[in-house]
Amino acid sequence: MLPISYYITLSLILFGIGMAGVMLRRNAIVIFMCIELMLNSVNLLLVAFSKMHYHANSVLEKGTDAQLLVFFIMVVAAAEVAVGLSVIILLFRKVYSVDINVLNRLKG
Amino acid sequence: MELPIILFYVLSSLTVLSALLMVFSKNPVHSILYLIVTFFCISGHYVLLNAQFLAIVNVIVYAGAIMVLFLFVVMLMNLNSEKKSFGRPAKIVAASLISLLFVALTIGIFSQNQASANTAVEMGTGDLGLIHNLGSLLYSEYVLPFELSSILFISAMIGAVMLSKKDEELLD
Repeated sequence: MLPISYYITLSLILFGIGMAGVMLRRNAIVIFMCIELMLNSVNLLLVAFSKMHYHANSVLEKGTDAQLLVFFIMVVAAAEVAVGLSVIILLFRKVYSVDINVLNRLKG
Repeated sequence: MELPIILFYVLSSLTVLSALLMVFSKNPVHSILYLIVTFFCISGHYVLLNAQFLAIVNVIVYAGAIMVLFLFVVMLMNLNSEKKSFGRPAKIVAASLISLLFVALTIGIFSQNQASANTAVEMGTGDLGLIHNLGSLLYSEYVLPFELSSILFISAMIGAVMLSKKDEELLD
């Protein structure tokens, strides 16, 4: 039996790595992948919290709600990836690069 | 030490290592492959937490479908030789400092409350996350969001197709 703080630490480290990647990479696709990593770390923490509460009082908690919530988060993430990647393809078709520093021409 | 705890340590170190390699590898294809390794390790964590259905869904949807989509786009763009994949050195230092500070502060805040930080997580027992339980819930109690997600998928599909069409084709 591990304490919940181990899972909190692991998820936060993964989230921090994803955050650092978003801030320091220039490739739009890698930034998008870092966002996926952050999403996954939060999903892991959600399942860990659900197990913790089910273990604490198994009479009141069903223990399956959080797993279905994670399932729906994955569904929404799959739809989001399809649209996001097509936006990146559109950007690549316009400027022949996926470097986000090119995007500063958006400012008026 | 028990077996699940050893597995937790091994999986956690693999996850963090491959996530770091994902951020710091220059070639985007390598980044994608390391992210697939990370997702497999997260699936291992789901198995340890008795969320077997989520582990399978994670492998199929994330490591299978989404990462193949990323790989396909990267191969299509031919981005293999990137010269400048990171920002300036000052920006790298600032970004690392900010995220380290964020992680340290949040871990500190969470571990302030000793009673809730030491609550045990049940590992390696129970059959809660099997497909039988989740499937019957999905088609009874959660049937409305389940059907709504199909509408979401169809709108995402139409959006992706419309976005990746050429402008002249849309005008016709």
